[in-house]
Amino acid sequence: MESKPRFLSILDSITAILFVVAVVMVFFYAPLERTMGAVQKVFYFHVATAWVGMLGFMVAAVVGILYLVKNERKYDIAGLAAIEISLVFFFIAIILGSIWARPVWNTWWTWDPRLTTATIVELIYAAYMMLRQGIEDPDRRARFGAVYAILGFLSVPLTFISIRLLRTIHPVVVGNSDPSGEGSFSMTGPMKTTFFYSLFVFSVIFVDLFWHRVRMGKLAAKVEELRLKVSA
Amino acid sequence: MKRKSQIANFFRALWAVVWKDLSAEWRSRELLTAMLVFALLVILIFNFALELDARARASVTSGVLWVTFAFAGTLGLNRSMATEKDRGCLDGLLLAPVDRSAIYFGKAIGNLVFMFVVEVIVLPIYSVLYNINLFRPGLLLVILLGSIGYVAVGTLLSTMAVQARTRDILLPILLFPLVVPIMIAAVKASGGFLQDLPWIEVSTWINLLIVYDVIFVAVAFMLFDFVVEE
Repeated sequence: MESKPRFLSILDSITAILFVVAVVMVFFYAPLERTMGAVQKVFYFHVATAWVGMLGFMVAAVVGILYLVKNERKYDIAGLAAIEISLVFFFIAIILGSIWARPVWNTWWTWDPRLTTATIVELIYAAYMMLRQGIEDPDRRARFGAVYAILGFLSVPLTFISIRLLRTIHPVVVGNSDPSGEGSFSMTGPMKTTFFYSLFVFSVIFVDLFWHRVRMGKLAAKVEELRLKVSA
Repeated sequence: MKRKSQIANFFRALWAVVWKDLSAEWRSRELLTAMLVFALLVILIFNFALELDARARASVTSGVLWVTFAFAGTLGLNRSMATEKDRGCLDGLLLAPVDRSAIYFGKAIGNLVFMFVVEVIVLPIYSVLYNINLFRPGLLLVILLGSIGYVAVGTLLSTMAVQARTRDILLPILLFPLVVPIMIAAVKASGGFLQDLPWIEVSTWINLLIVYDVIFVAVAFMLFDFVVEE
């Protein structure tokens, strides 16, 4: 059995340190927001986890295309790894958003475009997991997974647009700000630093977890192979 | 000359698949009867669930119609692919020396025809039962566009679903989250036409439906090869 790569261990430690720094920055470096107070600090990790979620779904669609073109098992393992991680992170983002929304919007949940789209995205990738579970043949499982990852990723922007056409109250903090968003605010220097640093840290966390998960997927494939050999 | 005959072959194969589905259905009438009775039952249930009085009817009719079409459509899609799979017809089709996309479009057109038949029968029944005129050109356009997108994705996904162990429960779970844009746009556009809103307020939704149809017909056409590969 191949041992854990050295650089992966190093990356683990770096990720842990970076994350601790991010937590410290959120609590001690970033200033308190004037109207929302401490609850606004959820925002840094909320956007970062949502970003990791979207990143993973995008990675899954890209490796899905690669799998269909090149037909190599490693792309299937990578696609499953990306979607598993993203499902969890996207769910964390939804929970963090609810924690923020409770005092600011005065409700845990509202059927706003982004929240609705987020729910549908979670459902799409939950369906992806169910599809994979229902198929035994690894080759077919990989092909169907790739096809569904591509379809799912294509439908997300259309879903978002169609729900967006029905008005929003979600604030747009980065990019052009929409004054109709409830609970929107503009970021000061230290806030921006913390925000972009959080994005960076969570991207590193994603890479680290992704590596672990791909490694695990490869080992699982090997176990499956050996088991077939033994039973044959 | 060779190119021309290739195109002719493609359409001949496509037509053969459509004709096979239609004539098989004409003899058994299993699928259409099931879809129709199911659709009417859904409308009946909505009648109790929503208390469809005159005022409520105006605002919820488009929603009720589209939920009915979506549910009946899933039933049809599942059944149409399951019969292919069970009796080994799918393998036979795949062995035939024709382009795979001809099979996809043939199955999709067959499914579309079944869906249209159900819609054409449900609309007048709904009109009579609830005393509301549903025969408006705008609404028919929405139904046409919405059904095309729904069937384009649905045919591809049902081909995948029937090859899975959990096939009977899998199709709606795979299909519904992907057709959310169609459902929103179709319900909004149908509602707009039923309330006689000006074209400018409905055109956005029609455009969205067209965009969805174009994207997903093209993508399903490209991906179909991969879901029938052995």
